[in-house]
Amino acid sequence: MSYSLKKFLRNRLALFGMVMILLFSIAAIFAPFIAPHPPNKQFFEGLSIEGAPLPPNTKFWLGTDLLGRSLFSRLLFGARTSLLIGIAANGAAVLIGAFLGIIAGYVKGFLGTAIMRFTDLMMAFPALLLAIALAAIFNPSLWIVALVIALVNWVQIARVIYSQTVTLVEQEYIEAIRSIGASWPRILFVHVVPHLWPTLLVWGTLGIATTVLLEATLSFLGVGVRPPTPSWGGIIYESQSYFLDAPWLVFFPGAAIMLLSLSFNLVGDALRDVLDPTQRGRD
Amino acid sequence: MLTFLAKRLGQSILILFGVTLITFCLSFLMPADPVRMIAGRSATQATVESIRKQLGLDQPLPVQYVKYLGRLVQGDLGRSYKQKTQVRELIMSRLPATLLLMVGTIFFELLIGLPAGIYAATKRGSPTDTWIMALSFAGVSIPQFVLGLLLLYVFANMIPIFPLGGYGSLKHLVLPALTLGISGGGWYSRMIRSSMVDVLRQDFIRTARAKGLTERAVVLVHALRNAILPVVAMVGLDIGIFMAGAVVVESVYGWPGIGQLAWQAIQMVDIPIIMGVTLVAAIGIVLGNLLADLIMPFVDPRVYLR
Repeated sequence: MSYSLKKFLRNRLALFGMVMILLFSIAAIFAPFIAPHPPNKQFFEGLSIEGAPLPPNTKFWLGTDLLGRSLFSRLLFGARTSLLIGIAANGAAVLIGAFLGIIAGYVKGFLGTAIMRFTDLMMAFPALLLAIALAAIFNPSLWIVALVIALVNWVQIARVIYSQTVTLVEQEYIEAIRSIGASWPRILFVHVVPHLWPTLLVWGTLGIATTVLLEATLSFLGVGVRPPTPSWGGIIYESQSYFLDAPWLVFFPGAAIMLLSLSFNLVGDALRDVLDPTQRGRD
Repeated sequence: MLTFLAKRLGQSILILFGVTLITFCLSFLMPADPVRMIAGRSATQATVESIRKQLGLDQPLPVQYVKYLGRLVQGDLGRSYKQKTQVRELIMSRLPATLLLMVGTIFFELLIGLPAGIYAATKRGSPTDTWIMALSFAGVSIPQFVLGLLLLYVFANMIPIFPLGGYGSLKHLVLPALTLGISGGGWYSRMIRSSMVDVLRQDFIRTARAKGLTERAVVLVHALRNAILPVVAMVGLDIGIFMAGAVVVESVYGWPGIGQLAWQAIQMVDIPIIMGVTLVAAIGIVLGNLLADLIMPFVDPRVYLR
């Protein structure tokens, strides 16, 4: 592990990602203390005389939105939405994917085939359309959005875990353990699942990057988290028709979404380099 | 080859069957009642019931599903609730725009992704490599709507070279295709890099270098030919995904493709359109994968179809 840890820490991009994730987490957790203004308060002086939003200035650091609310405060609280949904939705997707993948890979037979054919079916669905339709069916609260994303994103994880489980179960050491009479929970949890941890860890990180993007996209299309809950994609949705006059309302939330997603991508990629045994000694 | 084709076609039909089943179930979970939406608010109970009967929505769900399948087999996707036109015609009218955007996007994806990835692979471990990979990740991490709005701001507003959106000329195509090309190009560059890195370590590359070929010939002819396979698979996947349209980019640029159609249909609970688009998209994904599988042996003769 120390070899892996050293290799991980040598990757400067991953370190950058770690620091960014840490900063975003601090911003999200301590948002009420950091925010200079309440996120949903409409300031009379937050709009120009003509009623237009203000560009970044000394009072409102990142400017104000169409209703005269502080963009900086809304971004801080938006970090909560993004991180909560990112972690919860992806966590749920990994759980569902791992559960179905392990079952399909271990049990095989009819159940296994049925599960894998179902994932084939899900792969043929246009994911974004499915998410939009699901979000339109349920009235989206924060947790519903997380659930919708999880229902769309588990498929790939299930396939990866399935193929790994199948290879593991065919190994001779599993046959040996079985021949000395180990029970199936023991085989599964003591001898199979531990080998899947690296993959789960990598997907648990990389998947958050996709999830953050998907949440922002749903909010941008107006089927994500409902206002007034601040969400980065939602801020852009509210101000897109105005963006030529107030580009900061697109630029800052956009930069936030990209940085958070990029950070999880960089960390996840570095984890894969470190944890994947086929990558050992390649550089 | 033929057995492979037959087997894959059989699987594909099963998958499409499943897709119709799921879309059918989903469409009845939609909270709004389509009959009420067609009839309008002031309609009497009798009108509502007669419309329901006319659409066949008063019958039990299994009966409706079987009838729906029967019409599908004849190529009938049903009629839009709102626009009263055939769904097939609506989709066909949007298809050219979607196909054009697809071609433009794949062009930019390859134009950006391939050179970047190949170059990074030849400079593996160098700062250039790190930067190219970081930029590739940035490309896939930026939301399409943010990139789209930024490109519009810079290239249609600050420096007005391209129109602010719409459809009609090649100029209209550049920004939407570039938006999708940048985000897709990141995946292509990462993929071709890792596949190139694997190939460049093989013995035949050492042989090619040893017999005095230029580095250019080694990389672009000998290595690339062997590393291109995943890219073919990815293009196939892209073609399929595109059949659902690019909802986000089409909405940002006002591009009249299938994605826009689907998005409007979801907002208006126009169920026949939603089901039609989903089905067309699923057919696209299945065919795209099949196409990639069929092309692969020509690109790399080591691939056998079983």
